[in-house]
Amino acid sequence: MNSRQPVLSARGLRKEYGRGAALVRAVNDVSLEVAPGESVAIVGPSGCGKSTLLYLLGGLERPTAGTLELAQHRIEQMPETGLARLRRRALGFVFQAFHLVDELTALENVELPALLSGVSPRKARERAAQLLEQVGLEDRAEHLPSALSGGQRQRVAIARALANGPAVVLADEPTGNLDSSATTEVLRLFEQLHADGQTLVVVTHDERIAATADRLISMRDGRFVDETRLTGGSARSLTEMAGLKG
Amino acid sequence: MPQPSQLPVREPRGGYQLGVVREVLLALLAGEASHGYQLRARLALALGPLAEALNDGQVYVTLGRLEKAGLLRSRRVGQTDRPDRKVYELTPAGRKRVAQWLEDTSWPKPAPAEFHLKLVAAAAAGLADPVGIADRQRRELLVGLGQAQRAALAEPEGSVSALLLEGVVLRLQADLRWLEACARYWNSAKEQK
Repeated sequence: MNSRQPVLSARGLRKEYGRGAALVRAVNDVSLEVAPGESVAIVGPSGCGKSTLLYLLGGLERPTAGTLELAQHRIEQMPETGLARLRRRALGFVFQAFHLVDELTALENVELPALLSGVSPRKARERAAQLLEQVGLEDRAEHLPSALSGGQRQRVAIARALANGPAVVLADEPTGNLDSSATTEVLRLFEQLHADGQTLVVVTHDERIAATADRLISMRDGRFVDETRLTGGSARSLTEMAGLKG
Repeated sequence: MPQPSQLPVREPRGGYQLGVVREVLLALLAGEASHGYQLRARLALALGPLAEALNDGQVYVTLGRLEKAGLLRSRRVGQTDRPDRKVYELTPAGRKRVAQWLEDTSWPKPAPAEFHLKLVAAAAAGLADPVGIADRQRRELLVGLGQAQRAALAEPEGSVSALLLEGVVLRLQADLRWLEACARYWNSAKEQK
């Protein structure tokens, strides 16, 4: 695979609901390219279409118009069985409400995607144990989700998203249900994934996630209205922000 | 608020506001008498990456001033292999000052009024788009937030210096939320025109 090529790209993407006077353009002519290893945050007020966009990018919903390419495959009209297979292999999803299976242990939750895509139980278990270690929860492997804190549940969900070595991790408000210190846990993990070259696309209200992404896209009324790279810049010094210098 | 009273007003240039460090040094001495370098090490631990801007000289200059003001006293302790070292301890007046400081509830002022009025004035005069001003400010604060957040993540988990950086992060986050509200307000004001 050519590493220069985007792992995810959308062109003229639209999603419309209803018709006539009740027509809603949830996503209105959006184009986006995500390079391998890049972290992109998409922000905007509630109802601006950012979650719908994420679902389109993840092949969970079909666009009304536009083209969509994931890991060098056109997916906007791909038949559902093939799309489901590609989704399992190339994407990892992280949701606000974690979506863990309550009856399964942390380890069993993490190995599930690998088992579903036909990896041998032994290999799946090995990989799951390794991922739990990566997210710092190897000592919670046998716990049920109900025995874990919010931050820990989201870390298990992130480990699960990584189970099949996805080209892109898509996250929808991953810190939306978390307090400040659990948010820090997730941020720490995202930074680590980013450093390891994992491509990340995050839809979020959380300024802390937005501020640590490579690229920040603002959406309003279904469209991209602003795009910024946040690295560098002329920020006030940390000492000044902490109130140590006048 | 404690009165600055007899303490000199002028601070060494290019360093911390010693108004803060002053009270902190006194409070650190309330537990036990210490060497200057011990105080310096305590501050460095609490400040983490922010300690870089704190220069050694300032701690000693401040200690000297506090001594002159009668809030602490020092004595020389001989060392066999090195020059003598000063040990500092609180005086009763210093102890009183520490107690006042701990009870003091004054808080660094958040200052939305100036920016708010800037947007109002810009809109009234038709000089500039308030939404643009808010968006530009937002970008500036986001860069700062990113910087502070990365610094916080680089500190060891659960460390006291990470807690300080979390404070910087959460404050910037609150400012950003307000800027978003500003952009929303002025955007709808524009549409209603």
